[in-house]
Amino acid sequence: MSSTEIERQWTTRVRKNVVRALPPDKLLPDTQPTYVSSWIYVFGVLTMASLGVVIATGCVLAIFGPQWWHVSTLGHFINSMHLWSVEFFFFTMIVHLWGKYFMAAWRGGRQLIWMTGVVTFLASIAAGFTGYVSQTNFDSQWIATQAKDGINATGAGAFFNVLNFGQMLMWHIVLLPITVGIITALHVLMVRKKGVVPPFDDSPVTEDSSDGVTA
Amino acid sequence: MPFFTLLFLGALVPLDNLGHYVHWHFIDISVANLIVIGLMVLVFCVALFAKFPGRSSRDEAEKK
Repeated sequence: MSSTEIERQWTTRVRKNVVRALPPDKLLPDTQPTYVSSWIYVFGVLTMASLGVVIATGCVLAIFGPQWWHVSTLGHFINSMHLWSVEFFFFTMIVHLWGKYFMAAWRGGRQLIWMTGVVTFLASIAAGFTGYVSQTNFDSQWIATQAKDGINATGAGAFFNVLNFGQMLMWHIVLLPITVGIITALHVLMVRKKGVVPPFDDSPVTEDSSDGVTA
Repeated sequence: MPFFTLLFLGALVPLDNLGHYVHWHFIDISVANLIVIGLMVLVFCVALFAKFPGRSSRDEAEKK
């Protein structure tokens, strides 16, 4: 195979583009700018850490099933960890959101990072809601019957039936976790590519500041 | 049931009663949710003003 043919292969082109966009020292950097030494920059990684616990405990619940998490001591414990890691996930995500909002973190061509964060937030709310209706107890039945009128009023009830347990469980353990996982990965990769947003005073004038904010 | 098991399984507040709610004009929110929102605001303020470990030494190193 000639070198021209190798250059034209899609695998070669994808590899070169990926390495150009995210060289290893950018993907896994050794240091961060001094302004990142602030507690407000910690909440993004706290959100991801809690997401890791949410997914891990969710996998354990999926292995053993409702009869286990409702009646056994360990099942109760893992179920509680799943709930409280979700609480911590939303808590830290909201503080992260406030921090990034007041930093105007969409500056310097970071609009897509902001928007992927917004979509992850919305998908997480949907994941939390479908989790509430998948508990297999009276609480989930109550929530589902109360929610159906609201969902039907939006018109989404035609294809998103909160009284359909199987459908809600599949959304909760397949579609929404995949969505949240993929968009979170994209969010982090874009932060790696663009760098953490600097404070207003230190914001450099860049050509890709398409929002015109140069601070 | 052993004491420590009860201690860890027991709730901090009685859960058999009706929830407490705050009503203010059109706002209707449970006290539990209000406490969580208050904690988020508190943590946000602390994160803005609390000193980050090693920050001062990095600032000094940067000045030099």
